[in-house]
Amino acid sequence: MPLTRRDFLKISSAAVGATALASGLTSKIWGLDGDPVANPGTDGDTVVPTLCELCFWKCGVLAHVKHGHVTKIVGNPAHPLSLGHLCPRGTGGVGLLYDPDRLKKPLIRRGPRGSQHFEEVSWDEALDFTAKKLLEIKEKHGPEAVALFSHGFGGSFFKHLLNAYGSDNVGAPSYAQCRGGREVGFQLTFGAPVGSPETIDLENSRVITLIGSHLGENMHNTQVQEFATAISRGAQLVVVDPRFSTAAGKAKYWLPIKPGTDIALLLAWMHVIVQEKLYDRDYLEQYATGLEELTAYLLDKTPEWAAVETGIAPELIVETGRFIAGARPASLIHPGRHTAWYGDDAQRARAMAMLNALVGSYGRRGGFYLPTKLGVPKYPGVPAYAHKPKPAPDKPKGVAYPFADETLAHGLRDASFPGTAAYDIKGWIVYGTNLMQALPEPRKTIAAMEHLDFILAIDVLPAEITGYADVVFPEATYLERWDDVAVTPYKEPYIAIRQPVVAPMFDSKPGSWIAKELAKRMNLAEFFPWEDAGAMVKKRLEAGGFDVAKLKKVGVHVAPHKPVFIEEGLEPAFPTPSKKIELWSKQLADAGLDPLPKYTPPEEPPAGQFRLLMGRTPTHTFGRTTNNRFLSEVFSENELWLNAAIAQERGLQNGERVWLVNQDGAKSGPVRLKATQRIRTDCVFLVHGYGHKSNGLRFAKGRGADDAALMTRVRIDPLMGGTGMNVNFVQIEKVTA
Amino acid sequence: MHRLPVETVTTRLNHAIDPSLHIWGWEITLYLFLGGLVAGLLILTAALELTRRQRPTSAALQWMPLVALGLLSAGMGTLFLDLEFKLHVYRFYLAFRPHSPMSWGAWILLLVYPAGLLLALGSLPETTLRRVPLLGRLALRIAAWSQQNRSLVLWTTIAVGAGLGVYTGLLLGTLTARIQWNSAVLGPLFLTSGLSTGAAFLLLCKLDAVERALLLRWDLAAILVELLLIAAMLLGFASGGASAQLAGAALLGGPWTAAFWSLVVVTGLLVPLAMELLELRRHLPLVALTPALVLVGGLALRAILLAAGQDSGYRLLP
Amino acid sequence: MSSKRYVMVVDTRLCVGCKACVLACKSENNVPDGYCRDWIVEDIFGIFPNLRAEIRSERCNHCSGAPCVDACPTGASHVSEGGVVLVSHHKCTGCKACIAACPYDARYVHPDGYVDKCTFCLHRVQRGELPACVGICPTRTLHFGDANDPSSEVAQLLRTRRAKVNHPETGAEPNVFFLT
Ligand SMILES: Nc1nc2c(c(=O)[nH]1)N[C@H]1C(S)=C(S)[C@@H](COP(=O)(O)OP(=O)(O)OC[C@H]3O[C@@H](n4cnc5c(=O)[nH]c(N)nc54)[C@H](O)[C@@H]3O)O[C@H]1N2
Ligand SMILES: Nc1nc2c(c(=O)[nH]1)N[C@H]1C(S)=C(S)[C@@H](COP(=O)(O)OP(=O)(O)OC[C@H]3O[C@@H](n4cnc5c(=O)[nH]c(N)nc54)[C@H](O)[C@@H]3O)O[C@H]1N2
Ligand code: SF4
Ligand code: SF4
Ligand code: SF4
Ligand code: SF4
Ligand code: SF4
Ligand SMILES: [Mo]
Repeated sequence: MPLTRRDFLKISSAAVGATALASGLTSKIWGLDGDPVANPGTDGDTVVPTLCELCFWKCGVLAHVKHGHVTKIVGNPAHPLSLGHLCPRGTGGVGLLYDPDRLKKPLIRRGPRGSQHFEEVSWDEALDFTAKKLLEIKEKHGPEAVALFSHGFGGSFFKHLLNAYGSDNVGAPSYAQCRGGREVGFQLTFGAPVGSPETIDLENSRVITLIGSHLGENMHNTQVQEFATAISRGAQLVVVDPRFSTAAGKAKYWLPIKPGTDIALLLAWMHVIVQEKLYDRDYLEQYATGLEELTAYLLDKTPEWAAVETGIAPELIVETGRFIAGARPASLIHPGRHTAWYGDDAQRARAMAMLNALVGSYGRRGGFYLPTKLGVPKYPGVPAYAHKPKPAPDKPKGVAYPFADETLAHGLRDASFPGTAAYDIKGWIVYGTNLMQALPEPRKTIAAMEHLDFILAIDVLPAEITGYADVVFPEATYLERWDDVAVTPYKEPYIAIRQPVVAPMFDSKPGSWIAKELAKRMNLAEFFPWEDAGAMVKKRLEAGGFDVAKLKKVGVHVAPHKPVFIEEGLEPAFPTPSKKIELWSKQLADAGLDPLPKYTPPEEPPAGQFRLLMGRTPTHTFGRTTNNRFLSEVFSENELWLNAAIAQERGLQNGERVWLVNQDGAKSGPVRLKATQRIRTDCVFLVHGYGHKSNGLRFAKGRGADDAALMTRVRIDPLMGGTGMNVNFVQIEKVTA
Repeated sequence: MHRLPVETVTTRLNHAIDPSLHIWGWEITLYLFLGGLVAGLLILTAALELTRRQRPTSAALQWMPLVALGLLSAGMGTLFLDLEFKLHVYRFYLAFRPHSPMSWGAWILLLVYPAGLLLALGSLPETTLRRVPLLGRLALRIAAWSQQNRSLVLWTTIAVGAGLGVYTGLLLGTLTARIQWNSAVLGPLFLTSGLSTGAAFLLLCKLDAVERALLLRWDLAAILVELLLIAAMLLGFASGGASAQLAGAALLGGPWTAAFWSLVVVTGLLVPLAMELLELRRHLPLVALTPALVLVGGLALRAILLAAGQDSGYRLLP
Repeated sequence: MSSKRYVMVVDTRLCVGCKACVLACKSENNVPDGYCRDWIVEDIFGIFPNLRAEIRSERCNHCSGAPCVDACPTGASHVSEGGVVLVSHHKCTGCKACIAACPYDARYVHPDGYVDKCTFCLHRVQRGELPACVGICPTRTLHFGDANDPSSEVAQLLRTRRAKVNHPETGAEPNVFFLT
């Protein structure tokens, strides 16, 4: 059929001449008929630079404020971590600030622990009560019996408070449940952890190898920016992931590896590179030890051997191994971040570190830089901590994780079961971490809390953990408070500040204020000599000779570039015992552990069950943003990714709701099924942070499935105590009406 | 590698747009139906007079132009109800947009009133007109003019009526974004259907035998033409490219197939066709059922094409 | 009238489908809850493990032969500076002809009664800023500029890279281009 619109246009065009005049005239005559470009009017009367806290990356943002209302949040072009651009979550601060479910007043528990039954009280009452409880514990059990779980920038004031109080037991799930394995693997190899932001020069890489790191879903702003820059400059990707991740969709090679077998692949790649002498010989000669031991060890780690384990064809292993080596030294094997997968994670990270060493990327452009940072003097006149605390009881009695270099959060939890660790933990302060979703084995967390004398939670939202606390303090959000000066080791030396954009809403208070008030009530006032955090920051900056007014206006101060690459004349230091890159690890051998990474085949899921994998979605940070209505507009609940062929085999429909039941009978869901080509047949995938149970999270409650509830077992990393969580198996049950 | 995506995920979820378009509902259905009906009524009333070369004798026909204007007002009422910003309705008459069928329609609607009124004044008996308060004298003078220039008035009415009838089809037919509406048949189809419903409406009234016989013949012709046009439309879909086939799918084995075939084709066309044939051949006494079915069919045609067409966007194509 | 032709160029190789562009648009333009002016489409081609993905950030195409403008009876939908297609709220009756006319389903009825869609952020562009979505995008997938200026970034991209538009067969002549 002909396009009738075209015909109509032709016919009607004849009428145009005659009518254009008339219609033009009518518009004129009737007046007011311009077509002004409408302005939505969301620009602020003031624009305040500050630091984002929708995740822990601390990008510089500009908050627009109009009539006292934050209208929008955009990137701060002056800030090195955002360069004017933001990840989706960064735009969502408005949704947090105006979340109707925010904690509004101090709460004291009235029902049984966990009943979520609280009474709103005055700050004085809540602070007095808290101080009394903490002093009681100190008196009865000593100060070390109080542990602080803290994640997030504002936690520094509570760490200071706890240290002053006499305990050094500070743990965050961002270590043993997250980066820990990687940090130890790299520390053992290069003598330094990778840190956050990761010290990688993604933007200049020519070949980027991702072992699970799902950049693009993992949305750490600067990394994703550099990732895209690299791609636009022609970098090629090798993505190893059981799931066709966003990054896999951009890769030259996607290797849908059998979960838990990465060490075999990494060893086989090294086998190829070492056998074919594709490594950077000069670099290794100059900086590394242990190549001979490694060469010998790799002899039988052939691509054919690895193929059987990983499900990746041997030719492909050879081809990709050569490809990775071919781009050296600008060939980056991304160190990963969330590495708490299988319990051999530090060794896997070590294998990744060693591969980086073979291609000579560490210290090189397109590989790893050696960070620089600025110094800011401490606040003058703060007394030294009087008490030298006992070491943390974060390991079971008689157990040592020799290379753990941070406190294990789950270890502090476990020490709350009387008599199981060096000494008992009796009180928790929980700042900015939702232990119920962040720690595996949530039932164990609940059981541990039964033994406690006191729990204080400081949060912005009624996260699950606050439901178990005795006292809950409503903290002002990052847009309503000062925090300490941010000093970040990075490619460029810089400092940045977080300053309030609007006044705290409701009866919420900055953490710095809360910590100081508690200190006053515990005779520790001398440790908080400043008026408030703003005054503290000002004084520190002035003492360092920084232009405070300018910092407040710009939000950040960037110092001149210093060399961070060997190519820039930097002489790299490897602070290992040998002062070299340790391919073969004497430290590990001395501790009775494998000096070279050993591959152990993972346990197979029983018939009818699938290995549960988890990860991120770009628009959310764990469970902390799932109640954020603004961000949830584009992603309101997680889905269970299941291979489409399997779904069909099982008679499961895309979009239908299913329950997940794990090997120990733990159940989660109901959750929508995503039947997809994008995942292997032996595993399923969930975005972490859903299935909230807190009544206060009115939007998020009951949406999707909580992966943490299914993490009823973990495999502990013998090097550093990390909790490998990808070792749980689930079966899928249909939801019957 | 496959050309078609096996999985598509979109974040767009705009109300009434996603997952499928449904911006126009019963209001526009009625509007289109009434528009077609009024077009049919005006054209047929004028045509009867032209054919018989005498002013209508039955009261029904004398009053019909005014009834039509009443129905048209109801149609404009439903259009108004559909507007999301009702206070801005006057904006239709601050501009004439020659590329916009909707704009043509708005202005045509305005033309129908004087035409219909002129026709009515020339049809109604003088006694009736005299009873019009105040305007009686003016009405009489216009009536006189209308009678003196009768053929001009009649042909104008037919022209305006045809414009109205075609417009209701063109409104959809020019919205080529809805691939199912993207058919040149739609304009003639809606006009013919308008004529048929107009005839049916008239047949429900009290007419004389000659008028009745003429209308029956015309309706039969209209129904036949309509069937041909529908066949042409479906053939076009079936033999066209991927997009045409997709457009036709709704009517040929899709969600609207059952309703379309049962309500429009069988109830609205085939059954009345048979019954009207019987009536003509065997001189069966007329039952009100036949015209009622035609009206139902005409309404269903618009309702179904309106709904199915909205659903048939390019989003369905790879 | 200027002879500018504003276009958007979307580099699908870079887009990670993070939706920052959608959220930035919503806050910049006060887009009401439950509606959006731009959106993400993720297409997956193939069967495991031979897969290919294409992610597109989509919005109104500001078509050169905009059917929505043709369909509008009041002149509310009109072509503004640089070919940008806008809706004048004060002229819009909410008749929705333009919505039915848009082959890309890029428009929606704003709860306030007028029809709304992407404006290419002309209010920002007029003061020399980039559209909000372009400004936020962490992967620099989105490029905006005057295609009639041969030295502009968009003109260069369109010259040097392979570009396509959505459904060219509509004849609407879209001005949002996707680099593949
Ligand atoms: N099952 C499972 N467990 C995991 C992971 C997983 O993928 N699956 N991931 C692991 C990883 S990688 C990490 S890093 C950890 C992260 O675990 P957490 O550090 O616990 O992170 P969130 O779950 O985001 O919890 C943050 C809490 O801080 C609150 N909050 C947000 N802003 C503020 C603020 O300004 N002040 C205060 N006081 N509170 C605030 C939020 O409301 C929320 O309750 O979890 C680990 N645990
Ligand atoms: N949007 C957003 N971004 C975030 C966060 C967030 O909450 N939201 N959190 C941040 C934090 S703290 C962290 S730690 C990072 C975490 O992000 P990453 O470190 O990038 O990701 P992981 O959670 O380690 O891994 C998830 C990916 O690993 C794959 N995977 C699972 N098992 C295996 C396996 O056995 N082998 C291989 N090769 N791949 C496997 C999964 O399919 C998935 O694609 O993200 C950071 N970025
Ligand atoms: S990465 Fe995103 S959420 Fe995290 S600090 Fe930066 S902008 Fe905020
Ligand atoms: S912000 Fe950029 S990367 Fe993210 S979805 Fe939009 S276009 Fe893609
Ligand atoms: S995409 Fe749709 S709304 Fe935008 S200009 Fe083209 S036809 Fe009009
Ligand atoms: S809804 Fe508004 S913009 Fe759209 S066609 Fe009608 S008057 Fe024009
Ligand atoms: S150009 Fe402006 S209005 Fe259009 S999608 Fe981008 S931010 Fe929204
Ligand atoms: Mo993490």
